[in-house]
Formats: sequence, structure tokens, C-alpha cells
Amino acid sequence: MLEIKDLHASVAGEDILKGLSLTVKAGEVHAIMGPNGSGKSTLTNVLSGRDGYEITGGQALLEGRDVSELDPEERAHAGLFLAFQYPVEIPGVSNLEFLKASLEATRKAQGKEPWDAVTLLKKAREACKQVDLDPQFLKRGVNEGFSGGEKKRNEIMQMLLLEPKLALLDETDSGLDIDALQVVARGVNSLRSPERAIVLVTHYQRLLDYIVPDHVHVLAGGRIVKSGGKELALELEQKGYGWITGQPEGATA
Amino acid sequence: MTSQAELDKLIRSDYEAGFVSAVESDTLPPGLSEDVIRFISGKKGEPEWLLEWRLAAYHKWQQMPLPTWAHLKHPPVDFDEVSYYSAPKSMEDRPKSLDEVDPELLRTYEKLGIPLHEQEMLAGVAVDAVFDSVSVGTTFKAKLLEAGVIFCSISEAVHDYPDLIKQYLGSVVPQGDNFYAALNSAVFSDGSFVYIPKGVRCPMELSTYFRINEAKTGQFERTLIVADEGSYVSYLEGCTAPMRDENQLHAAVVELVALPGAQIKYSTVQNWYPGDENGKGGIYNFVTKRGVAHENSKISWTQVETGSAITWKYPSVILRGDNSVGEFYSVALTRHMQQADTGTKMIHLGKNTKSTIISKGISAGRSNNSYRGLVRISPRADNARNFTQCDSLLLGDTCGAHTFPYIESRNRSAMIEHEATTSKVSDDQLFLCRNRGIDPEKAVSMIVNGFCKEVFKELPMEFAVEAGKLLEVSLEGAVG
Ligand SMILES: Nc1ncnc2c1ncn2[C@@H]1O[C@H](COP(=O)(O)OP(=O)(O)OP(=O)(O)O)[C@@H](O)[C@H]1O
Ligand SMILES: [Mg+2]
Repeated sequence: MLEIKDLHASVAGEDILKGLSLTVKAGEVHAIMGPNGSGKSTLTNVLSGRDGYEITGGQALLEGRDVSELDPEERAHAGLFLAFQYPVEIPGVSNLEFLKASLEATRKAQGKEPWDAVTLLKKAREACKQVDLDPQFLKRGVNEGFSGGEKKRNEIMQMLLLEPKLALLDETDSGLDIDALQVVARGVNSLRSPERAIVLVTHYQRLLDYIVPDHVHVLAGGRIVKSGGKELALELEQKGYGWITGQPEGATA
Repeated sequence: MTSQAELDKLIRSDYEAGFVSAVESDTLPPGLSEDVIRFISGKKGEPEWLLEWRLAAYHKWQQMPLPTWAHLKHPPVDFDEVSYYSAPKSMEDRPKSLDEVDPELLRTYEKLGIPLHEQEMLAGVAVDAVFDSVSVGTTFKAKLLEAGVIFCSISEAVHDYPDLIKQYLGSVVPQGDNFYAALNSAVFSDGSFVYIPKGVRCPMELSTYFRINEAKTGQFERTLIVADEGSYVSYLEGCTAPMRDENQLHAAVVELVALPGAQIKYSTVQNWYPGDENGKGGIYNFVTKRGVAHENSKISWTQVETGSAITWKYPSVILRGDNSVGEFYSVALTRHMQQADTGTKMIHLGKNTKSTIISKGISAGRSNNSYRGLVRISPRADNARNFTQCDSLLLGDTCGAHTFPYIESRNRSAMIEHEATTSKVSDDQLFLCRNRGIDPEKAVSMIVNGFCKEVFKELPMEFAVEAGKLLEVSLEGAVG
């Protein structure tokens, strides 16, 4: 699904990713943890094709296609989805209008049949329900005046409708209350399937109680410095990152 | 491609209405004098009083200095270079129906997407089309007359309804009101006249399409709308012009009279040629629009301004009567080298008067977009209220947005609220859209439309769709 080989990337002329390698197979859930500023969001942004994030070495393949050859919207059409750490507001553009444009473009590019207005509204309402968001939110401007937790749930709601092949969730758990965390986790889990993959960026083991990952990685200094199973997250929670980042030589990539 | 480069490309799209129609015209040589005014007046067979009125305006105009306070830079207009009268030749004998209209003219309208025949039947809209300076097709007259509504050209009204014209022409915008209004009063060519009798709700939206077509021909429309007590009318004005190199002068005057309890809704979509990327060509648009609102009446101006090289325009309301309401909803989009200085004046004279101003300015390219608004509360206007919201959206880093609010309150009971914001279409917003599969062109037009929503919802349905399309076209460009 996703194959990242010795990826180097810079932001504003500064090297942030320094030889990152990661393989994510269909059906898998990977968790990426690591200290603040280690490059986790940078990785998700690079993969999604955000302006200003430049690949300076190595490559990232999405189902065998080099992502750097695709515009951000083409990556979306190819099944990539990023749930943002800080979802931005688009005043005056209703959530529903936004979803319509998004789904129209994406489903068309994917050769899926378009949804008529009735279907769209029905599906959107269902998706709202799944993440415990009042359908009234469909009428409001995209993320306009939403609380932090509502923004995160709104991202997941969109993800449920777009049914991406590869979902990158950047700290979707931060800002969620305990109930919302479970609701969101349930939503994400509902998307788990043999043909999809999920990459979770998180600081907290708690999320991983609900969305149990197949692999856990530690990103530090722009590289994956340690990988393991779900028990690695527990270990990190107890010991912090010092024992890994302090001795990067011994870490496995 | 960087998003800045994309934005640049988006705003560089060509002017869709850029073509010149080949109708022959009968044009006066350039320059202005008493003789020219006599010629215009004579050509129209006007009564003596109107000629005198024009001449008085001309003499006032000669004494007036050119206004320089607007945030606009342009070479001085040489008023001796302007030609003050032109009429399509085939108009010497006024066509009795659209079938008699020059087919070239009709084709021009069709290119603009305004098939008159279709409009008559489908939309139920009466169209008084102004091509250059003379009205050529007036439709649905019979049906309107049945309701007692008068909708005709000003020239016709001068002959057919002299009392109404005498009473109201210049009653809202006096001859010597300002430089451009004085010029218009001296040489106005034609325009629309509307009268809605007492208690009548005009059975359809009234609409005029304008088109400037003669090189170097100033266009001096004059519109007068009188809504008698308790009546209602919605009036649509839409315009577009062919591509040209010379700057074309346009100085229109619109006067609205809302008698007690009447409501006038005046909507404009303006898409005159804005000039090219380097500021070559484009219309100079100096407009005076004003309404007087008597007791319990309401006047709403809604405008979507995307065209013209220079826009100087402040649709205003004088809230003369108690409990009268004035509204101004505006979207002004500037790109390339366009300059807009536009806004409104709300003059509160009556008690319990209320005004609302919502202005949305969108600037792109190297353009400059200014909001200029005056809210004046007179000493006897107890409990007057105003709400002003003034938002600017910048596309790119080379454009400018400015806000010049003037508040003059002479009554302590007044409640005046003013909000202003400036924002950019951010890279983050664009990236969110693209990550959800939406291409940047669509994303920008969606974001801009969202920004304008509060104004668009004030437009009549068909116009709102048109306005949305117009913004999309104005922002359109090949993105690869
Ligand atoms: N636009 C930018 N300009 C300059 N530096 C940047 C930019 N974006 C990110 N960086 C830097 O890149 C580094 C990695 O940032 P990134 O956001 O990827 O960290 P993160 O691992 O997601 O951290 P957190 O856990 O706090 O979210 C940081 O040092 C950050 O300051
Ligand atoms: Mg981050």
C-alpha cells in the first residue's frame, strides 16, 4: 500500500526527514509516536503533497506510484486521506457543499457512480451519526466555530464518506474527551478492512487501546528509530523516549 | 506548482465577453458644448424645460472641480475626447417589436447569454435593453400596464409621463450634486423609468441589460424608479461590455424614490471590461446611485461588481422618513490592475431608522479594492441603528484592500456597530480542499463564493446563480 524508502524531506529549506523508511501493507494499522518536533506531521504533509514540503531524497510509493508525481488532489483520488492535526476553517462554505464537491470530484476520478443530492444527504447524515455529530453541522461552514473535538470528529466524518485506501490520522485523538475518543475510534475501526490501511500519529497509548495497531514506530530526528508491536506503546508510556533517542545507534529502523 | 503561481494563473483568465459587435452607429464628434447638448435634446424631441435643465447642469459642471478624494489612480479623463451621443443607425425608426431589431444586436445579447425571446417566455422578466444609448426592446409592457406599472425608457417617459418626470427627475440626485452627476444631467442619453402605483406589487422582476459598444463613446444612463405608497418592486441591472483598448467613460445616475410604505430592491451585476493584465483598456465607471426612503419604506441595494478598470460608486440611502430602512450588500472583485473605490452612504434623518451594510471585497492580481462608507445620524434621528460589516479577502500578495469608514453621529441614542476583517485564501484552506480531492480552481471559487454568501443570498434567485458563475468565470483559468 505505502512504501517509504530512505525519504529525505525539507521544509523552508530545513531538513526535517532524514532517511525515513516505512512499509505499510493493506489491512494494517500502524501507529507513529515520537517527541514534539520530530517530524510526524511533516511526514503526513509530505505524503499528502502540501506546498513547501519538498522531497530531497528517497521516495514514497502509494500502491507502487511515486507520490511526487501526483498533485495533492490526485493523491486523494488515488485513495489517500489526511485527517489534519489542526483542521482549518472555511467560512461560508457549508460542510455539505464541501462534501458534495469533494465526493463529486473523488468518486468521478475513481470511476464510481455519482451520488445524487438525496443519497449524499442520507450518507452524510449517517456518517455524522457514526461520529456523534449533530447533522446540523452539515449546514455550518466547514469547521467554522467548531470546538477542537468537533473539528476532529468532522474530519473522521469526511473520511467515512470518502472511504480512503490509506488514511493518515495526525493526532486525531488530541482534544477529544473520553467519550468522543471511543466514538472516533469506533468510526476508524469501522473502516478497517483487508484492502485499507491506517497510519495513526499519536502521543498517547490510550487511543491504541481502542484502535489496536499492528505495528508501532518511534520517529525521532527525522527517522524511524524503533519499531515494534503494540506493546512498544505501553513501554513508551512508562519510560518516555529518552532510552531510545538517547541511543539512536542501537535502534532498529 | 506553488499555490501562489496557481492563484496567479486563476486570476489571469481572459475576459469572456470580449467581442465587438458590428452594428453601425451614428456618433457625434467628440467634445462637449451647449450645441452638443442642444443636439442631444433636439434628437430626442425634448421639451424646452428639459433642455434648460440640461444646460443648467452643464453650466454647473463647468464650474466644478474633478473629485480627487477616492483611492484611485488613473490618467485624467479628457472630456473633450469623449463623444456624447451615439445610437445604433437602425434605430432611426424605432423598431416596433424585437423582430425588427438588428439581428446583430440580438446576436450580441445571445453571446452574453441573454436571449431576449427566451427570457420573455421562460423567466417572465421584462427587459428594457439599452444598447449604447438608446433603448431598443421593451417587453411585457402590456402586462405591466395592466398592473398600472410603467416601465419604459426615460426618453419615452419624458413624452408620455411628463408630470412624473418633472416631479422626480433630479429630486434625489440634484443636477449639481457632484461632478459626474452634473455631467450626466447635462448629457444623459437614455435609461429606464419605472413607476409603481400605490399598493401595487410589481408582478415581475424588472431587468435592464446594458452594453457599451461604441469606442470612445461615453455612456450616460439615467434611471429613475418611483415606488408609490405601499408598493413593491425588484429591479435588476446587469451589464457587460466588449473588449477595447481605449478607456471608456461611464457616468450613470440612478435615482430611487420610495414613498411611504414602499419597498425597492435594486440589484446589480456589473461585468464591464476590466482592462487587461497590464491595466490596458477597461471601463471607467463613475456612478451616482441614491435613494430616498420615506416613512416605513425600505430601499435595498445589492451589487456584484466584477468589471471596470475604475469603479467609483456609492449607492446610498437617505432615510428621510421615520422607521425607514436602508440596506447595502456588496461584493466587489478586482483583479489585474483594476481599482475599485466603492461603498455606500446611509444618511439617517428620520426616527427609528435602520441601516445595514455588508461589504465583501475580493482583491487579486495587482488590483486595489477600497470600501468607503459613510453613516450619518442627524440630531433628530432618535433611535437610529446601523450595522456595518466590511470584509476583505486577498488572493495573493500583490493586491491591496482598504477600508475607509466615516461615522458621524449627532444623536446620542444612535446605535452604530462596525466590524471589519481582512483575510486571505490561505494555503491551509487550499490544501484541505485538495486533500479532499477538490482541484484548486474549484477550491478557490468555492472559498470565494463562501466568503460572499451573505450578499448572494440577497440577490434574486436567477441573479444569484449568475453572480456565482460570474465570480467563477472571473477567477477561472487553466490549472495544470
Ligand atoms: N513551515 C515550516 N517552517 C519551518 N519549520 C517547520 C515548518 N513546518 C515544520 N517545521 C519544523 O519541522 C520540525 C518537525 O515538525 P512537525 O510538525 O513535523 O513535528 P511533529 O512531530 O508533528 O510534532 P508534534 O508532536 O508537536 O505535532 C519542527 O522542528 C518544526 O518546527
Ligand atoms: Mg504534529
